[in-house]
Amino acid sequence: MTHPAAAEHPVYNYKVVRQFTIMTVVWGIVGMLVGVVIAAQLAFPELNFDSQWLHFGRLRPLHTNAVIFAFGGSALFATSFYVVQRTCQARLVSDRLASFVFWGWQLVIVLAAITLPLGYTSSKEYAELEWPIDVLITVVWVAYAIVYFGTIARRKTSHIYVANWFFGAYIITIAVLHVINSLAIPVSLTKSYSIYAGTIDAMVQWWYGHNAVGFFLTAGFLGIMYYFVPKQAERPIYSYRLSIVHFWALIAIYMWAGPHHLHYTALPDWAQSLGMVMSLILLAPSWGGMINGLMTLSGAWHKLRTDPTLRFLIVSLSFYAMSTFEGPMMSIKTVNALSHYTDWTIGHVHSGALGWVAMVTIGAIYHLIPPLWGRKEMHSVGLINTHFWLATIGTVLYIASLWVNGIMQGLMWRAYNDDGTLTYSFAESVAASYPGYIVRLIGGAMFFLGMVVMAWNTWKTVSPGAAPAAEPRVQPA
Amino acid sequence: MTSFWSGYIIVLTTITIIGAALLLFGNRTRPSDSQAKTGHVYDGIEEYDNPLPAWWLYLFVATIVFAIGYLVAYPGFGSFKGVLGWSGVGQWEGEVADARRRYEPVFAAWRDQPIAEIAADTKAVRMGQRIFANECSQCHGADARGAQGFPNLTDQDWIWGGDADTIHATIVNGRVAAMPPWGDALGEEGVRNVARYVQSLSDPQAANAQAAAGAAQYAMFCVACHGPEGKGNPLLGAPNLSDTVWLYGGDLATIEHTLRKGRNGQMPAFGQTLDADKIRLVAAYVYSLSR
Repeated sequence: MTHPAAAEHPVYNYKVVRQFTIMTVVWGIVGMLVGVVIAAQLAFPELNFDSQWLHFGRLRPLHTNAVIFAFGGSALFATSFYVVQRTCQARLVSDRLASFVFWGWQLVIVLAAITLPLGYTSSKEYAELEWPIDVLITVVWVAYAIVYFGTIARRKTSHIYVANWFFGAYIITIAVLHVINSLAIPVSLTKSYSIYAGTIDAMVQWWYGHNAVGFFLTAGFLGIMYYFVPKQAERPIYSYRLSIVHFWALIAIYMWAGPHHLHYTALPDWAQSLGMVMSLILLAPSWGGMINGLMTLSGAWHKLRTDPTLRFLIVSLSFYAMSTFEGPMMSIKTVNALSHYTDWTIGHVHSGALGWVAMVTIGAIYHLIPPLWGRKEMHSVGLINTHFWLATIGTVLYIASLWVNGIMQGLMWRAYNDDGTLTYSFAESVAASYPGYIVRLIGGAMFFLGMVVMAWNTWKTVSPGAAPAAEPRVQPA
Repeated sequence: MTSFWSGYIIVLTTITIIGAALLLFGNRTRPSDSQAKTGHVYDGIEEYDNPLPAWWLYLFVATIVFAIGYLVAYPGFGSFKGVLGWSGVGQWEGEVADARRRYEPVFAAWRDQPIAEIAADTKAVRMGQRIFANECSQCHGADARGAQGFPNLTDQDWIWGGDADTIHATIVNGRVAAMPPWGDALGEEGVRNVARYVQSLSDPQAANAQAAAGAAQYAMFCVACHGPEGKGNPLLGAPNLSDTVWLYGGDLATIEHTLRKGRNGQMPAFGQTLDADKIRLVAAYVYSLSR
């Protein structure tokens, strides 16, 4: 039973899943390291070493692209390819196309890592990559859609599992968002101009930007949740009915939420109002996923005491619930008037990015690695637990410090004297933010350290010398 | 907004909100056996068909009701303006008018007083300092001591003049100072010689043969603005070169760079963006700093 091909599944394509799984860990470390560096630069500006390539303005898009599209993207590719095969009982339609998706996506990431520090940018947030890379992304994405939906089409089950609805919605919507937002007129190989102008450009950008959150970072990762939570807990999904209602409501209403990024700007009032009320309606559909995940655990709560992987998954749902409550609150115009442009926004994003996206990914990866490499379990369950506490405490420090900073900044900016002059200059609010930046740096560094622990644990599990499982967890198709 | 786009927005908004409500009510019935499963099995995962949690359903309904109420009250439903008559521009104009009504009299108290007199009034100077912190400190620093290229306002050295009216005029109209680049006219050796000479104007220790060689070229190219003794000319904004205060730096390399490439100083005009009464208080604050 110890032959090296123990993990080679007789039916499914596990190779591409293994490749993306490893790269999830690798890009997680890279992206979060850049995040720690720029967090340090905010507290200690001299850390940009007076180099244009290490400047905050260039490293920040590198960080966001690396964690969203390299780390998060690799996680979504790995899990969606795994889940679609296992829940449809069908092998991917094309191994070669799947391989193209892997190598094509890695090429996109490498090109991003080169061009962003060099200063090539379309200047659209989360869509900074210049047009030739945008074209490559589109080609890879179409190949991804063909492999994914082709596999669904050849499924051996009569129904399509709920995880696949979410993966399917994310794949289709990201294609639409990416193409429409990136439309540009190239003037050279490295420079292009958006075809939209002024307020319309801003609205298209945030229609894209918020749905990147909604479909890439929410719907896609709900797909992960819907497979890995019931698998890890070994419990049935709480409510099929709830999954139908919250799925359709979520994808229909997320589309409208973008204007809340442009409150009190040149965007017309009607668009701001619609963005706000739709963001509020979004609260219940968002929480539907959280309820279905947490309630799936009913009758199995005791497993949380012994299973740190399950703990990752459940705590991720708690952070998901918190940030999807916070989001609609921040979209209310009067709240937004205080929170907008402050560190509160960055804290909110990271309660979603660290607490939800990264934690659910980490839980899923710890679940995935043993069966993919034919091992019984991870090399060290204790280290998963160590990672869990580093990640949880790191996230809490990060979010709490930026709540304090954000509310303080908002209040300082709007404070005025008896004569109507502003009480504080901008620089004073920056100086007051310094302690918060230090705590945020500590929190981010802890989260990063957890990823390093994960990498070591992963290496010890998958390296050729590691002991294979006595009984490979290869279940019949 | 044309009536087509208004209708388009109304139809899409209605479909989305009513659709969400119908989806909710279509699924709200409680199955007889709450532990019933759907019968589907995917890779070992089964599904219960539990009813929608009641609190969740009410939360969903509450947000829909709020949304409809908000769209009745505020602009959002196509070109319908909302029954409250609120608009973003209207709110802004109202707040600006309100602020004017409240604060204009506060600043008008010193309108007819000479700036030098205002500078003796501690309350007025404190108000001027707050305006300075928001409008001027980005370049001149929170302590008004300036930085490289941005004059120190607390010393006795004034490039354009430090009397009250000149300070006021500088703030209202801004200043543009142009030191031309002399690298081509002087040649590299000339740049070094003149730089040495300029340094010797404030530092007799620097006087040497090189400085003496530079004196002739100084007399040819530089006297027009900086004067024969390097005392400068406030009418042109030409700095005094014979004192120890340096705007861009007094070390030899920086002086050479200034000669070679020239300098362009820009003080923005605040006459259009800051109320006249506030400018007078800022001028009084700046005036008070060096006295």
